[in-house]
Amino acid sequence: MATTSEIRVEAAFEEFERPRWRVSGIWQFARRQPLGAAGGIIVIIMILAALFADVLAPYDPVANDFMAMSEAPSWTHPLGTDQFGRDLLSRIIYGARTALFVGFVAAFVGGTAGLILGVTSAYFGGLFDLVFQRVMDVFMAFPLVIMALAVVAILGKGTENVILAILIPFIPRCARVVRSSALSIREMPYVDAARALGYRHHRIILRHMIPNVTAPFLIMLTAFVGQAILLEASLSYLGLGVQEPTPAWGLMLQGGAEEYAESAPWMPIFPGIAISLAVFGFNLFGDAIRDTLDPRLRAR
Amino acid sequence: MNPGVGEIEIGTPAASTAEVPAGEPLVEVRNLKKYFPVTEGILLQRTVADVKAVDDVSFEIRRGETLGLVGESGCGKTTTGRCILQLERPTSGQILYDGVDLSGLDQKALVPFRRRMQVVFQDPYSSLNPRMKIGQIIAEPMYVHGIEPNAAKRRERVAHLLSVCGLNPGFADRYPHEMSGGQRQRVGIARALAVDPEFIICDEAVSALDVSIQAQVINLLEDLREEFNLTYLFIAHDLSVVRHICHRVAVMYLGHLVEFAPTDELFDRPLHPYTRALLSAVPVPDPEVEQARKHQVVRGEVPSPINPPSGCVFHPRCPIAVDTCPLQVPALREVRPGHWVACTEVREGERPGQ
Repeated sequence: MATTSEIRVEAAFEEFERPRWRVSGIWQFARRQPLGAAGGIIVIIMILAALFADVLAPYDPVANDFMAMSEAPSWTHPLGTDQFGRDLLSRIIYGARTALFVGFVAAFVGGTAGLILGVTSAYFGGLFDLVFQRVMDVFMAFPLVIMALAVVAILGKGTENVILAILIPFIPRCARVVRSSALSIREMPYVDAARALGYRHHRIILRHMIPNVTAPFLIMLTAFVGQAILLEASLSYLGLGVQEPTPAWGLMLQGGAEEYAESAPWMPIFPGIAISLAVFGFNLFGDAIRDTLDPRLRAR
Repeated sequence: MNPGVGEIEIGTPAASTAEVPAGEPLVEVRNLKKYFPVTEGILLQRTVADVKAVDDVSFEIRRGETLGLVGESGCGKTTTGRCILQLERPTSGQILYDGVDLSGLDQKALVPFRRRMQVVFQDPYSSLNPRMKIGQIIAEPMYVHGIEPNAAKRRERVAHLLSVCGLNPGFADRYPHEMSGGQRQRVGIARALAVDPEFIICDEAVSALDVSIQAQVINLLEDLREEFNLTYLFIAHDLSVVRHICHRVAVMYLGHLVEFAPTDELFDRPLHPYTRALLSAVPVPDPEVEQARKHQVVRGEVPSPINPPSGCVFHPRCPIAVDTCPLQVPALREVRPGHWVACTEVREGERPGQ
């Protein structure tokens, strides 16, 4: 049995060790997962751009400048201007705000709903689980974009409805992944202990099961943010998402691609690059996190 | 004297376990059956067979005693414990706790009984929620059952329980992964004690620990029994541990109770051929005695509980089986005072097969 003084010594040791471990942890992640680190850097740049858009953007993203319409990239407009004379760089920086807002809210709300439903389904099991899984199967049968299109068609346009349209198809996808790990958690003795102690169902689900399925959940969440950004761009491109004049990458792509692809290629190219980079960044980052957290993959 | 039996060094009976408390039964298990269905098909599931994990088991646990439940892996001893706790609902039969049939109660009605009976699990690594601190793990039951609504008093009681279980109260701020197996098992015991139970099921509670820690935890369990007037159901496969801690022992084989007797009586005069084989399998620490003694080896393998043998489930492997054994399930008979055997062929004072 350890005496009090021994414990104090250990505690002091931990205080000394921990910060060092964290820094070296990030460094190790970057060395083992260079692509993931690159993805992480893209994600961080995007978040910074979204947060500090007011400071970073050289122009007002919705201000028209009729003296400078459809201008090619130059020193005054590094990425050129669109047909209304709006600065593309500014619109892309502000577009990051729209993309991340829709992406994070949709991924977080949809993912959390899926998390709770998936764990609940696994916890109760039996007929409830069976019926719930079949309902989820029906939702999963629709491709993401078709599902989102249907929701927007029913609810109408607007940012809130776009978020709703994106998060609904996420729920069954998240619920399914979370359920499979929750099934093994349900059999853990600490869940039996919780039942033997007479805890209510919601306490067991929220306090004892959900905290133990967060690893797969967080991985899904990063992947969802990338997918949500892509979906938002797709819906905006199709005219069903964010509405003009709000700066959004899908909208910019649509405005540029249809008429100006040949005469002013910078109009569709730069928002297209922004979309690709964002999705690429989140996917790389998510994959790397998954590989790092999965001990079976870590050994390789 | 049969050298294979009774000469188990660690298993010398402790003074406190010499006499069996004669009190009234606290827990009565009556004709307990637990079948797990084997299903086929995805949507329309059909039951094609049953795994008969526990098949018609009856015994009672007296207030203040430690009852050992022994048997090899898969014999249904853990399932019996889980049925008593109502973690598994029995297929049929009754679990009478202080006269109330638990198997008929719903989850809400069970809550007052959850406070009275607790469990300590085998694996100290998976029985504590890895995301909660030790203090939270022990305080949560008090909060849920309203035992200690005041947060500061709860912390005090957590510290008290930790020290009662031989842990430093400073461990309350640690996470389970920061502790050793023995320490975690003590936390498991402290959690069980948090609701002030009178009955604790120790489901292989020391099997996963190494021998020196085992001894410490067993001593702790014995001390706690005296301090808190506890009753134990001690599920184990280590016979020396059972001999040391238990007042009475029940032996299970393939879902059936085959022998039930006071500890010394069972170890000195095992009557059922399965019990005799089980005790004979315990190695003797003296290599010369070990070489010289006659081993009683059971032939064959344990049959599948999906399709157990007819009549007495032990008859295909039994050295003293007769023609009538496959025909009828033998009932438990009281062969000597307090010594019950489910075998038609053993008589009082006889040592069958010799």
